[in-house]
Amino acid sequence: QYLCAKHEERRVRANDREYNEKFQYASNCIMTSKYNIVTFLPVNLFEQFQEVANTYFLFLLILQLIPQISSLSWFTTIVPLALVLSITAVKDATDDYFRHKSDNQVNNRQSQVLIRGSLQNEKWMNVRVGDIIKLENNQFVAADLLLLSSSEPHGLCYIETAELDGESNMKVRQSVSVTSALGDPNNLALFDGEVVCEPPNNKLDRFCGTLYWRDKKYTLTNQNMLLRGCVLRNTEACYGLVIFAGPDTKLMQNSGRTKFKRTSIDRLMNTLVLWIFGFLVCMGVILAVGNAVWEREVGSLFQSYLPWDPPVDNFLFSAFLSFWSYVIILNTVVPISLYVSVEVIRLGHSYFINWDQQMFCSQCNTPAEARTTTLNEELGQVEYIFSDKTGTLTQNIMSFNKCSINGKTYGTDPLDFTPFNPLADPNFCFYDDTLLESVKVGDTHTHKFFRLLSLCHTVMSEEKSEGELFYKAQSPDEGALVTAARNFGFVFRSRTPGTITTTEMGRPVTYTLLAILDFNNIRKRMSVIVRNPEGRICLYCKGADTVLLERLHPCNQELMNITSDHLNEYAADGLRTLALAYRDLSEDEWEAWSESHRCADKAASCREDRLAAAYEQIEQDMMLLGATAIEDKLQEGVPETIAVLSLANIKIWVLTGDKQETAVNIGYSCKMLTDDMTEVFIISGHTVQSVRQELGSVCLSLSLFSLQCPPPSPPPPPSNLMDNISGEFALVINGHSLAHALEADMETEFVSTACACKAVICCRVTPLQKAQVVELIKKHKKAVTLAIGDGANDVSMIKSAHIGVGISGQEGIQAVLASDYSFSQFRFLQRLLLVHGRWSYLRMCRFLCYFFYKNFAFTMVHFWFGFFCGFSAQTVYDQYFITLYNIVYTSLPVLAMGIFDQDVPDQRSLEYPKLYEPGQLNLLFNKREFFICIAQGIYTSVVLFFVPCAVLSNATQSTGVPLADYQTFAVTTATTLVIVVSVQIALDTGFWTVINHVFVWGSLGLYFTIMFALHSQTLFKIFPNQFHFVGSAQSTLLQPVVWLTIALATAICIVPVLAFRFLKVDLKPQLSDTVRHTQLVRQKKRKPVGRSVGGAWRGVGRVSEGRLGTRGSRRSGYAFAHQEGFGELITSGKNMRLSSLALANFASRHSSSWIDTLRRKKHSHAHTPPSASGESSPPLYRLPLLFLAGE
Amino acid sequence: MMASSYNAKDEDGHITVSGPGGGTLRSKKPENTAFKQQRLPAWQPILTAGTVLPAFFIIGLLFIPIGIGLFVTSNNIKEFEVDYTGVDMSSPCFNCSQNFSWNSTKPCTCTIPFYLDQPYESNVYVYYGLSNFYQNHRRYVKSRDDSQLNGDVNSLMSPSKECEPYAFHENKPIAPCGAIANSMFNDTLELFYNDPNGTRIPIPLNTTGIAWWTDKHVKFGNPGGNNPNLTAAFQGTTKPVNWRRPVYELDADPGNNGFINEDFIVWMRTAALPTFRKLYRIINKKSSMVPTLPRGNYTLEVVYNYPVRSFEGRKRVILSTISWMGGKNPFLGIAYITVGSVCFFLGVVLLIIHHKCGNRNNSADISN
Repeated sequence: QYLCAKHEERRVRANDREYNEKFQYASNCIMTSKYNIVTFLPVNLFEQFQEVANTYFLFLLILQLIPQISSLSWFTTIVPLALVLSITAVKDATDDYFRHKSDNQVNNRQSQVLIRGSLQNEKWMNVRVGDIIKLENNQFVAADLLLLSSSEPHGLCYIETAELDGESNMKVRQSVSVTSALGDPNNLALFDGEVVCEPPNNKLDRFCGTLYWRDKKYTLTNQNMLLRGCVLRNTEACYGLVIFAGPDTKLMQNSGRTKFKRTSIDRLMNTLVLWIFGFLVCMGVILAVGNAVWEREVGSLFQSYLPWDPPVDNFLFSAFLSFWSYVIILNTVVPISLYVSVEVIRLGHSYFINWDQQMFCSQCNTPAEARTTTLNEELGQVEYIFSDKTGTLTQNIMSFNKCSINGKTYGTDPLDFTPFNPLADPNFCFYDDTLLESVKVGDTHTHKFFRLLSLCHTVMSEEKSEGELFYKAQSPDEGALVTAARNFGFVFRSRTPGTITTTEMGRPVTYTLLAILDFNNIRKRMSVIVRNPEGRICLYCKGADTVLLERLHPCNQELMNITSDHLNEYAADGLRTLALAYRDLSEDEWEAWSESHRCADKAASCREDRLAAAYEQIEQDMMLLGATAIEDKLQEGVPETIAVLSLANIKIWVLTGDKQETAVNIGYSCKMLTDDMTEVFIISGHTVQSVRQELGSVCLSLSLFSLQCPPPSPPPPPSNLMDNISGEFALVINGHSLAHALEADMETEFVSTACACKAVICCRVTPLQKAQVVELIKKHKKAVTLAIGDGANDVSMIKSAHIGVGISGQEGIQAVLASDYSFSQFRFLQRLLLVHGRWSYLRMCRFLCYFFYKNFAFTMVHFWFGFFCGFSAQTVYDQYFITLYNIVYTSLPVLAMGIFDQDVPDQRSLEYPKLYEPGQLNLLFNKREFFICIAQGIYTSVVLFFVPCAVLSNATQSTGVPLADYQTFAVTTATTLVIVVSVQIALDTGFWTVINHVFVWGSLGLYFTIMFALHSQTLFKIFPNQFHFVGSAQSTLLQPVVWLTIALATAICIVPVLAFRFLKVDLKPQLSDTVRHTQLVRQKKRKPVGRSVGGAWRGVGRVSEGRLGTRGSRRSGYAFAHQEGFGELITSGKNMRLSSLALANFASRHSSSWIDTLRRKKHSHAHTPPSASGESSPPLYRLPLLFLAGE
Repeated sequence: MMASSYNAKDEDGHITVSGPGGGTLRSKKPENTAFKQQRLPAWQPILTAGTVLPAFFIIGLLFIPIGIGLFVTSNNIKEFEVDYTGVDMSSPCFNCSQNFSWNSTKPCTCTIPFYLDQPYESNVYVYYGLSNFYQNHRRYVKSRDDSQLNGDVNSLMSPSKECEPYAFHENKPIAPCGAIANSMFNDTLELFYNDPNGTRIPIPLNTTGIAWWTDKHVKFGNPGGNNPNLTAAFQGTTKPVNWRRPVYELDADPGNNGFINEDFIVWMRTAALPTFRKLYRIINKKSSMVPTLPRGNYTLEVVYNYPVRSFEGRKRVILSTISWMGGKNPFLGIAYITVGSVCFFLGVVLLIIHHKCGNRNNSADISN
């Protein structure tokens, strides 16, 4: 409440529209669309002209309208510009249309509004602030509501917030007690409370306000709010008061504008375009100076034949005009079609990603999706991958994999349960029928083992129809254990606050639940005390082996040793382990303890500590039952993918909120960490000093291997020094250490150390830190980064990395919404990068090289011609040719190359990950390559101008008419140009599909067709003033001399390129050349494409399949996780639907303090500074699950 | 550029995507077509020694013979050129070039003798050549009205703005308008053969057949179509400033008068370079027995009307025979021979390089 800003507040009075209208709050109508029919044209044009390129071309257009300057007709610029503008406008219009449609759909959803005492159906958009609306189960919340009352007891209701923050687990909301009593609509209609609260903001986890009703104040928190975008679950109905509507809702406030990402090629392109403008100005200046000189020396004397235009009275002014004229002519070095073509190519690549069947996940029916269409080529340049763990590397599915019961270990072959147990979960699989046998035989230990698993948990069950059981577990670990028990015949059916009903081997049994000794991460264990139908009391306990083994009865040391061995074995296999134990209690023991427990529970002060002490007291002298091993299932193909990616020189960092043990464990199971590694450094210091010290020692040990590590004190080490370290290292760093390491004075040291390691795992990191790490690498390494994750906690990282990839998994769609690419399996990443990314990069580079080349070849001819036409800005070509050259004659072949080209087939690029390296080193298109292209273009332009010039100046037609007239020269040069650039694109194209053939030959054909059409008599007769070139094509192209000239110029242009390329391939072949070559040889030999060849990476993914030896000791420890406090929720019965149950006596025994407790806990979370404890919860993101520590 | 990340549709997205059951859900599996999976059959050319080296040799072997052929053909063409600008004191046209003015009505004539040491066998083409004359200047090139020249009556009376400042003269439209027409070459050239016995025999010069067919028949046309009375057709217009005669008095032959006068058409086809030649007359071969121009002395009589000395221009007369590939053009032959030889040589060099240090990996495996 102290957070509330006093000066700005929102007042809402329930059921009083008149009062609320005074404040003019936003209505619940949302508008994400930008235009309507009237505003579309002006607004869209205004937006488009904010693009520098468009404004530039508009400026050129205006220049062209000045007759003294205009060296080209206006349509040479306006046609491409109009084309570009209209394509963009159509795209914008379509986008906006769909936005309108979805807006309409959302705005027209029905909701029940309480108007004058009765419920009426209203559209969402007509809901006003202050209205009371009714929500039913599985309905979307229409606006940000204050929960008033609910069908559930105590005004509770459950919501799913996946849309909002990505968390898929359900959350509880509770109304203020005074309003929860209101109940039915009639009472609510009379409700006239007034809410005073904070103004709209985007903080999803915070709300503060006050309810004034009947002269009393009630404090409101986020716990009372239902936010738009949530879905009501497991609650029949509830009523809420609209506080924020439409654009004021937290959902809409959070959907802020995202930063537009640009690729490095984009930035390079912009730099180059600037350089080209500089170059253009230079050319313009040179030619203008030439013009000045010429006008003074020649032009002024030539005035009897060609007087100056009226405003021109001296050569300087003429030169000034000539500068602008040349700017117009030479502007085609950066044609407007460059930007459009780049967009088209990227769009094409995006479609290929969307269409790729090999990135389609059939289980979840999700194809890969390129959500951003502008980043594709950067996928071919990634150097660092930052990956989330849960849901990304792992499936977040726990499977009961192995167990040890009374010293015997189980778990090898698959098993079918259905004939044995009709209640079995069909998705469960376990691999050992000896265990099933032992269950069937009735082994007491085995039965006790599974009984424990079926009783000792906080899972809720839902049985929709007989035999169709659904478990709702807070942590997947627990779910896996209860499901295991269920399949082995100990089925947990239902629970009430005081009982647990199970079906044991087909026989229903109801246990009386006496106490739940709940779990927290200090205790690292949980127990239940139950009384079985026979009346015997028993305590069942499961917990971390380290904790549990200490509390066993000393009688059976041998079993403990065996089980301990088993635990080590499981841990070495990367499984999460738990030890199970039980203790029989006598009635007296129970009574005594129960009394002390009740005392502790009612204690006003230090309740937690006293409870813990009470729990400690009874969890003693237990008998060991065995141990379970749960596999945190990796996603399919994760180790292989990581192996391939690291062979492609991509560094993978895992950033996870999980605790260190789990993270390291996963690191081993996905082969990021191996036992072959020289050393795995762990940094877990809590203070600046200790972190600095630890970093220093890591640096020291690294230097033992490289002797290159610089001193850890300033000056900061240049990071490249540590790049060549022999031996493999890995770094594991904790979140709280990371906070120090990311500080300004240590970050360079941290970056250089971390980058010297082969694998880096950051655990217990907050979402903000994830983003910071990404920013750090972006800042220091200048490398392309990719972040991949699936949860809302990955959003910041996804947004700050160059490329964000969202796993469209189970954890909501927040990450996907923030991402640039999404798919459902981590393993698709290798295809996205090594195949699509690589191809995109290659294609884009080839496209840009060729594009700059062809435009320089085209434009520079004007420059040379300038020296022969008195620098008068006369064009060499026909104006129609200039208009159409970029958009018709040469656009399609290069587009086809940019979209379809492949140097090596997709499976090759996965086989040879080294093929990815040129992208990371930016070898295919950089400033050097650019200058080569430019040089080639200029060379071509020289040939294009001077060869026809030399040939035609003296040549005549076979009728004696000289060929040196302007029109013949123009046609010859233009034809040569088109042929030369077509031959060049034919050389550049490495993958000739039908489309390439059609486009290349079609463009040539189109050129001749259009030229003959434009030079035809028919067109001339209609517009004699527009088509000056009548008859030129025919009269020129019938001359053998012209064709000889074309052939000569083409040969002079192409032969050096051919020789150079051949030498390059022959003497210094790139890997791709070699792969291509072998491919050709293989095809020739008709050899079946052998898998044996080039399996360079194969086997890497599968090293050390067996036991992880030496250091593998007890890594996994314990990792079952859920939120504290659920035990209390269960025993208090508050979350039980069965309101008719005998709750009364429970309610009397357990004061309704749990809500208060819960609230207190939430508060203490919210106000804990992030670094003070591991389980900090930054705003906006889900609370990290609390884990038991494993040591 | 900014983009809003919120889309109302996304509110629904989650439900439809991962909705359980999904029995009615259409599979979103992308189609398995060669196009969508980027598996289109394709030809993948590679630059190998086996393809590149033969290409070089083939280019070499093709270009060298063509070059030799062109060179021989060009050498067989006879060409004679004489500069009659009259820059030097000794030049016969020196006087004419000195005291020239556009307004003088008295024509100045000069006579240039020359000697042909070879007989010119076939048709002989007479060209005039100008140097340092910028017919390709932007303002010059556009200073014409093609509608007017095509015979459009409206344009005849109101010429296009492009023709400025040669659109109107004394409030009358100029026909033909524009700087190109205004600066039309108007020297008259006449050839005489000096018979060994001293008589001067005038050589008949053909004034037609010197323009492009399309120019004569499509692009240019007199106003009023086939109206034989051109004087009436051009009523109300005035002659270009520099002209001595109006356009309808260019030739006596009505088929070669007005805008379709071929000398005019030839002039209007602007040259690409500042030094150029234009076809002036054709001397047709009379019979197969006698050469068109026998060896001997000739006289060129020039009515010197066209001033070029102000801008240091030069005027030439060229007599030339012609072959299948046009006039004399040694450059093409030499260029072909050079390029062919270079290609051949390159082929040899590349072959040697390839054999000495080339990467001849012909196996299907990659050895690392």
